[in-house]
Amino acid sequence: MTDATTAGADVGPVTTLATPISLDFDFTPGVAQSRFLKALATGTFVGQRCPVCTKVYVPSRGTCPTDGVATTEEVVLSNSGTVTTFCVVNVPFAGQSIEIPYICAQILLDGANVSFMGLIQEIPTDQIRMGLRVEAVWVDDADLTPSLASIKYFRPNGETDAPYESYEEYL
Amino acid sequence: MSAPSGTVRPVSVASFAQSPNIRRDDQRNEVEGLLPVIAEVFGNIGITKDDVDFICSGSTDYLIGGPFSFVMALDAVGVWPPRAESHVEMDGAFALYEAWTLLQEGEIDAALVYSFGRSSLGDLNEILTLQLDPYYMAPLWPDIVSLSALQARALIDAGKATEADFAEVASRSRRDALANPKAQVAKDVAVDVLLQDPYVVEPLRRHALPPITDGAAAIVLAAGDKATAWSERPVWISGIDHRIETHALGARDLTSSPSTALAAQHAGVADGKVDIAEIHAPFAHQEIILRQAMGLDASVTINPSGGALAANPMMSAGLIRIGEAASRIAAGQADRAVAHATSGPCLQQNLVCVLEGA
Amino acid sequence: MTDSEVLHAEHRLEYPYSRSTGPVIGAFLTALRDGRFVGATGATGQVIVPPTEYDPVTGDDVGELVEVGPGGTIETWAWVSTPLRKHPLQTPFAWALITLDGADTAMLHAVAASGPDDLATGARVVARFKPAAERVGAMSDIESFVLEGGAS
Repeated sequence: MTDATTAGADVGPVTTLATPISLDFDFTPGVAQSRFLKALATGTFVGQRCPVCTKVYVPSRGTCPTDGVATTEEVVLSNSGTVTTFCVVNVPFAGQSIEIPYICAQILLDGANVSFMGLIQEIPTDQIRMGLRVEAVWVDDADLTPSLASIKYFRPNGETDAPYESYEEYL
Repeated sequence: MSAPSGTVRPVSVASFAQSPNIRRDDQRNEVEGLLPVIAEVFGNIGITKDDVDFICSGSTDYLIGGPFSFVMALDAVGVWPPRAESHVEMDGAFALYEAWTLLQEGEIDAALVYSFGRSSLGDLNEILTLQLDPYYMAPLWPDIVSLSALQARALIDAGKATEADFAEVASRSRRDALANPKAQVAKDVAVDVLLQDPYVVEPLRRHALPPITDGAAAIVLAAGDKATAWSERPVWISGIDHRIETHALGARDLTSSPSTALAAQHAGVADGKVDIAEIHAPFAHQEIILRQAMGLDASVTINPSGGALAANPMMSAGLIRIGEAASRIAAGQADRAVAHATSGPCLQQNLVCVLEGA
Repeated sequence: MTDSEVLHAEHRLEYPYSRSTGPVIGAFLTALRDGRFVGATGATGQVIVPPTEYDPVTGDDVGELVEVGPGGTIETWAWVSTPLRKHPLQTPFAWALITLDGADTAMLHAVAASGPDDLATGARVVARFKPAAERVGAMSDIESFVLEGGAS
């Protein structure tokens, strides 16, 4: 072999093998999640209520994960909610789109029985706290899409902090 | 109540349900698709999730392209208070084996087994390549149809079957599927007509391939008092076993299935007369290999449901074989049946389950 | 909700997997990069190609590596008239299990041929490697197999 000219001539034995995979999907989220996402495109939060335990899930995947029954009743939720817990992100990572430090919080929308994760802005990171009342800030109407990207972030809505008892069940 | 002697503890297939098998269910997500199946499998015998002590599922996240979809699927059951649960990245038949094993220990008396998969979201040929050896095979992206065609050619060259034999299997399966309301492909087409189908990958013509199917299935297993309380005529698992062969395709004799033969021997297939067999043969030629491996002669009715050629929901088609076989015993159409499930390329791994009416 | 009301989205899942080869697979891939084949000796003296770190029947560690090929025999084959987008060849070709000269097990690869009539089980083939500068130590270092003495 004329190894002097081969790609591998001046390197050692093969020890690793790159096996990248790339798969394409036509993803469909189903009925309940489609409704949630479409409501986002109108700047609205829509959840679904369990007929057994009456809890409201947002977003709902179409069933109550506690009772295993379909959640059929649609519930339009408030634009405001309560921070149940939070963290301040100080670590940079690949693909990060926001300047650090920033606040990530679990937000319990008024009328919902599960919290979901959101970004909190318009408050210094050392003033974030459990019980803080917040409201969603949406992107401009022209930019609304059936996607979580329609929610720009949450910010303090100026109300008095919620008492601990009002959200302790959701921690 | 007579109980089988081949196992430590008698376990019955107490209930079975399956979704309609369709080419593309884009109306419902995995949870929404499973929900009515779980409701039916409980409703058949008038029980709730509180009556089962263990849940085991079979699925693969690659089908949906999202990690941990198997965890989300539990929302279709409702797992509060917290449940004992497990999952296998295999057909639900292998999840059933895990549940059966736990039932053997005697700590629990009932288990829910379910499986689901939407093959329509992605490219199934590419997704199934990921089950192959990742060093030598997967990087070449051989699709499952091509690998099965290699097996079919080997079978022809060995003089063990002809293309007409493949067409016979396909013709019979889809004709029988006319009586199966859950079937996806059901039609009466003669062998000589099928033999004019074009090749997809030669020597496999279109009719020898399974359909691409979205679907889900569930079974409730029961032991002890629950088995007799939930069924007028319990269908007992008298033997069950599964075996695997090397993943190196070129180190196997593709024209036989020693893993199936061994599993059949351990499950006790030959210990009595077999009335019907539900065989999980996604490709027509594989039924011929599997029949031979399990020693099923011409007196055995093969795949009265139409088998995987009539509907092949990934991750459920094996579990459905057990459900279909058990249903026929429960309905009094058979006394003893064999159900088979496979996993991996070219029948790499095989499970054999023998079912008997009380 | 009707069909049009359920949302759809294009979704691409990508993993940049990089795998350790270990000493046996690594030796095979290193040989491929050099444009040749090696196999591993199994517990009963059989030569396993492509080599695994263990005898697939007994589970024993494999023994020494031996040179095999580059010619071989088709054990079984399947003709692809419409290649899929990730197949190694984008013109009609055959998949084949090929037992290289000196080996006791077969390896999967593509065989380039003008049509299915040119192929048969038992046919002799030989590996056609990519140019040395393009080889990286992977199965794709083999462009395809071709019929021995046939068109290259």
